[in-house]
Amino acid sequence: MAKRATPGLNTSSMADISFLLLTFFLMTSSINTDMGIARRLPPPLPPSFTPPDVRERNIFIVKINRSDLILFNKEVPVDKETALGLLKDRAKEFLGNPENREDLPQKEMVDIKYLGKYPVSKGVISLQNDRGTSYETYFRVQNELTAAINEMRNELAKQKFSKAYIDLDTARQHAIDKAIPVAISEAEPKNTGGGK
Amino acid sequence: MARFKQKNDKGTPGLNMGSMSDIIFMLLFFFMVITTMRESTLFVKINAPKGSEVTKLEKKSLVAYINIGVPTEQYAAKYGTEPRIQLNDQISEVDQIRHFVEEEKAQRNGVERDLLTFAIKADSKVKMGTISDIKQELRASNALKIFYNASKDAKKK
Repeated sequence: MAKRATPGLNTSSMADISFLLLTFFLMTSSINTDMGIARRLPPPLPPSFTPPDVRERNIFIVKINRSDLILFNKEVPVDKETALGLLKDRAKEFLGNPENREDLPQKEMVDIKYLGKYPVSKGVISLQNDRGTSYETYFRVQNELTAAINEMRNELAKQKFSKAYIDLDTARQHAIDKAIPVAISEAEPKNTGGGK
Repeated sequence: MARFKQKNDKGTPGLNMGSMSDIIFMLLFFFMVITTMRESTLFVKINAPKGSEVTKLEKKSLVAYINIGVPTEQYAAKYGTEPRIQLNDQISEVDQIRHFVEEEKAQRNGVERDLLTFAIKADSKVKMGTISDIKQELRASNALKIFYNASKDAKKK
């Protein structure tokens, strides 16, 4: 009996099938990158710790109450959106103190590599929130404060190295981080709402 | 004059499609490999807040997630409608965080242990009380690197 040749498989639809699979994976895959704001918590305090005396001019208080109202220092509270709009410029004015005003933070000359002697602000932003504050408001405040610090770092980078902060190498970025530290202190939250 | 005989049909020659499937397969495998299947199913709904200053979280292997949100509808009967904390693949209480930190640290060696970041993935509507409790627990267990998860706010500069 004569040997019959096996008929070849038609592979032209192979491309279609793999296209289908490809589109499926293209649609379902999300190269999910986590975005957010990084922070460092202060280390646990020893029991004998006494808080240092900080002069009033060196503190900028941001309070958020349980109805998400934001208060600066002892000023009259304004509504949330207005306060969030103001926050960045207020924080920059406070931390920068460009005119060396008496009611804004003192500065201390620190010798920083690459920058030389630089007046580092002693100012601390004190963030106080209530247990009833919503995470969203808290986050937006953090966001605005980060924006203020980022802008100041960028300005300093432009002034000293005539480059944007992100374009600098790590050593120079660290120098700028030292000159403009993330000076945010968080108080233990108060519980005015009484709830959990 | 027939030495240089010219072809009469001037039509473009057809492309060889034989290698097409190879190329597509290559792409297919690429996407199959990079697709990350979510390791743990989320029991809680998380609608992260938006921010303009967000940065990327680097080194995924050195991140432990703490999810906080209201349980999804199918788990509402089991876990209630109040915001809950999810560590790995179970709903937990605040006092279990210390144990969670220890476990996560035990999984990493020496240098990596100090680089371990705890990403707080919280819903916008969660109250700060819960988050402060978590932060205090993290502080107490010496896990100081934290990260507030958020999504990029596109419209604001």
